[in-house]
Amino acid sequence: MNSWAELDRFLRTDPRDAGCATAMELLHVYAELAAADPAAAEHRYPEVAAHLRSCGPCAEDLEGLLAAIRTDLTGS
Amino acid sequence: MTTVGSPPEGVADGRPVPDAETEDWVRALSTDGAEWEQAATRLHEMLLRVARAETRRRSGQLRISGPELDDLAHQAAADAVVAIVAKIGEFRGESRFTTWAYKFVIFEVSGKIGRHFWRQPQVPMDAADWERLPDRFDGDPARESESRDLARALRKAVEEELTEHQRRIFTALVLDAVPLDALAAKLGSSRNAIYKTMFDARRKLRDRLVTDGYLPENPVRRS
Repeated sequence: MNSWAELDRFLRTDPRDAGCATAMELLHVYAELAAADPAAAEHRYPEVAAHLRSCGPCAEDLEGLLAAIRTDLTGS
Repeated sequence: MTTVGSPPEGVADGRPVPDAETEDWVRALSTDGAEWEQAATRLHEMLLRVARAETRRRSGQLRISGPELDDLAHQAAADAVVAIVAKIGEFRGESRFTTWAYKFVIFEVSGKIGRHFWRQPQVPMDAADWERLPDRFDGDPARESESRDLARALRKAVEEELTEHQRRIFTALVLDAVPLDALAAKLGSSRNAIYKTMFDARRKLRDRLVTDGYLPENPVRRS
């Protein structure tokens, strides 16, 4: 593993990044889209998708929300 | 960072048509009396189930289990119910009601896990141990020289490019590995504010490392 590449990946910012406030505001809408079709969610909300790629806490919240939605869908 | 403008597809005039279950929830939680009581009780049961599943899913981030973990789930569900009842008038029907409600309890679990972090034995904040930096970036011990160069270059950029506040946030998140929500709780700040500070710091640091010839303008391919 190249640590410079890893550092570069960490430091690189996406100008489309919506930030936590917007991502959290839209997370339920994004999650429902992503549960059905992740690519469609990214296409519809590229700014939120860009944020979720960089923000661990928001990505973790999305995972939790998706898990809850999938439990509803499967009834388990 | 940017703003998000486009409404969801299929939403006419910003007013999507809710499903029957969503309508039932919103009506019951917008009324009072027995119907409200029953709805609030059912909401709490539903959110407690989600909170328990979420605390179990994240239990690896915590050093608690059993009754203490369940207590955290109970607190998250109770606080989420209070928040949802207070904000039911703001629900715009952009998703099912249940998805919107789940979001509240997921956020409550995140916030409580963040605050719980400080109940564990900690490395003091601002320890600024640059020796640990290579570990944060998958530094291969066999490439000791590369890791030393990286730490030296980044430290110089941090000291010369960042504001005092940005250095404090960088040190806590990167060197001390404090979770972002935990840092927000400690500083009485918000996830958004901490992320924005770090976003600006990352951009400044990368610009400096590009200027100094350590990083290319275009992304480095991972090897």
